[in-house]
Amino acid sequence: MLKLPIYLDNNATTQMDPRVLEAMLPYFTEHYGNAASRNHPFGWEAEEAVDYAREQVAKLIGADPKEIIFTSGATESDNLAIKGVFEMYASKGNHIITVSTEHKAVIDTCKHIEKLGGEVTTLEVNAEGLIDLKELEAAIKPTTILVAIMYANNEIGVIQPMREISAIARKHGVLVFTDGTQAVGKIPVDVNKDGIDLMAFTAHKMYGPKGVGALYVRRKNPRVKVTAQMDGGGHERGMRSGTLNVPGIVGFGKACEICMLEMEEEAIRLSKLRDKLENALLQLEEAYVNGSRDHRLPHVSNISFKYVEGEGLLMGFNKNIALSSGSACTSASLEPSYVLKALGLGDDLAHSSLRFGLGRFTNEEQIDYTIKAISETVLKLREMSPLWEMYKEGIDLNTIEWAHH
Amino acid sequence: MAYSEKVIDHYQNPKNVGTLDKGAKNVGTGLVGAPECGDVMRLQIEVDESTGVIKDAKFKTFGCGSAIASSSLATEWLKGKSVDEALKIDNMDIVEELNLPPVKIHCSVLAEDAIKAAINDYRVKNGMEAIKFEDSVVH
Repeated sequence: MLKLPIYLDNNATTQMDPRVLEAMLPYFTEHYGNAASRNHPFGWEAEEAVDYAREQVAKLIGADPKEIIFTSGATESDNLAIKGVFEMYASKGNHIITVSTEHKAVIDTCKHIEKLGGEVTTLEVNAEGLIDLKELEAAIKPTTILVAIMYANNEIGVIQPMREISAIARKHGVLVFTDGTQAVGKIPVDVNKDGIDLMAFTAHKMYGPKGVGALYVRRKNPRVKVTAQMDGGGHERGMRSGTLNVPGIVGFGKACEICMLEMEEEAIRLSKLRDKLENALLQLEEAYVNGSRDHRLPHVSNISFKYVEGEGLLMGFNKNIALSSGSACTSASLEPSYVLKALGLGDDLAHSSLRFGLGRFTNEEQIDYTIKAISETVLKLREMSPLWEMYKEGIDLNTIEWAHH
Repeated sequence: MAYSEKVIDHYQNPKNVGTLDKGAKNVGTGLVGAPECGDVMRLQIEVDESTGVIKDAKFKTFGCGSAIASSSLATEWLKGKSVDEALKIDNMDIVEELNLPPVKIHCSVLAEDAIKAAINDYRVKNGMEAIKFEDSVVH
């Protein structure tokens, strides 16, 4: 039986896998020690559990366990990587290269760096959401210390060419940081094959708990260091002080282990479901996929339904289907998604978009229900849309003088 | 954000969706908003020329649920009112009736603007001067 509501917002967060919860539970009430307590069994147990989790996490990304720094999540890891490199490598330079479609945790951290006297170059993307490698190389200067480019985008799922990016950066002796939040656990990510020096990722996007993430920091070829952004007990090799979230870390480890084992099969299953959903919705007139369809996460789709506003569209089914829209009608700014705008979409198309994030617990019955509900709502709202009427009458909407407000 | 029951009801069962003959002399059309801003409302009134009473009103809206509800409600309120009475419809009445949260007040402003634009279109068509309104505060 179909159980409602259906969750298709897995880029925002994921349901925790029951196997992860099971692994975590003993660490709340039985093995509750502080991993930094060296003098009694409670501490030893906790430390052992953290060490094991560190191995599980490292294995998923082809890293050494010593290269994993546990944090509170990807936002903290983004901050630690960028600010930490900026401080640590100040004598080498102050220039950072990033991309316009990054997550706010990277964009705003870079803005902070600018206030601190750093220089930031923001690369644009093409209509597919991909960067131009020549532009990247041209942007590198003697003062460049870091390239910060996300592995896969949270709104459109587009995957950047990490290996090519890191090859260019390496050639110029520049470090590579990537926000791997959406990619890790969903597609194969290998820090060595991909040439990554620092990578942020988080447990709750891969069926683990919220409030725990990691920063991968390369230890050799080259040995990378970041200046700690929080002072305290010197945990995590001095890069991130603060008592370790042992149950969270145990859950993160378990989540990584499951992804390692099941990712390949899961990606095949989800891409089939995603394609079914996408192809059915594209049967509607004037529906467009945003971003590259070839270089994309297997479980993500972002579609604009022209002449229908995204939030109004969501309202047609959001009691039963959890989705997000690129329209920001709920925010005071009324600004639609900057990611979609970076692809060159007009504000009207950006306002008309829905983001689908399928996940481990998505099944075909849910997809069939979603196709039907969305198709019906789009048709209903178009009957109500003055823009649709004008389009059908052959009126070019660009020739109308809109009352901008 | 949860919508009020009244907004949901107007969204699910919108009143007076449709199109009147915009070429007709006794029909006034107001088209406000912009696609880039995420909301466009078209509101039309049909006036009984002998009595000056609005005998029909229709809308079409591109926008969020609150924008759809605001225009649906506006058409309900317009019917049966004289053109002069219709001018007195205030956006805050719509806010109150639909329990719109602060971030959605602009939807009601848009509906008020649409009413005024439709009335002015009707006036101009019938040899009257367009009324000058102060610019809306929101937007």
